[in-house]
Amino acid sequence: MSLRAPLGRVLGLGSAKDGTGHWWAQRVSAVALTFLGLWFVVRISAVSILDYGKVVEFVGNPLNSVLLTLLCLAAAYHSYLGVQVVIEDYVHAAGPKVVSLILSHFAHIIVAVVSIYAILRVGLGA
Amino acid sequence: MTLSILHRGTGIVMAVGLLLLTAWLACVAAGPADYDRFAAMMSTLFGRLLLIGWSFAFFYHLANGIRHLVWDSGRGFEKRQANASAWFVLIAALAVTAAFWAVLL
Repeated sequence: MSLRAPLGRVLGLGSAKDGTGHWWAQRVSAVALTFLGLWFVVRISAVSILDYGKVVEFVGNPLNSVLLTLLCLAAAYHSYLGVQVVIEDYVHAAGPKVVSLILSHFAHIIVAVVSIYAILRVGLGA
Repeated sequence: MTLSILHRGTGIVMAVGLLLLTAWLACVAAGPADYDRFAAMMSTLFGRLLLIGWSFAFFYHLANGIRHLVWDSGRGFEKRQANASAWFVLIAALAVTAAFWAVLL
């Protein structure tokens, strides 16, 4: 329940109905991914990627586990926002649009949860 | 103009490519047997091309994304500047992708 008046709630929202919220979230996650993405490619290029032991060591390192988790969260969120815009731009029929938006939503949450669960398993040595 | 749709294209490539990152992490968690199978798959010609495409999409989207953030700040809209930054983004993405694989291989 909000104490804001109905007029106050809709002012400035524009035709997209969500104001600048989506745009801003996309920019903030982009800034986070600039740093996390660069960190990842720099670090991963120094790991012997075919050597299972080395990879486990990399993923399981506490700092790396945290940064990888942040990377997966930010990437899934940014991807979710981007794919949403693409669907809204190209899928015009109401039914397919809602269905594909929901499927994309679910898929992104699953991707984030599976990645983070995997990182934690390695990091906590399960 | 071309770069704009390429930004969206590389974004979609990476949205799908996110599955690859997830599969990689899941295989690390699953154990050496599964990891080796995943690594073998990625070492085939098809796997390599997939990863090279993925990495170019990443570097391109990153470089052009920074270009977009600069635009968001209200700078770089002059035609000359926009053209120059377009070439910079394209060349930087190609060069960094090549450098990345030179280090990796």
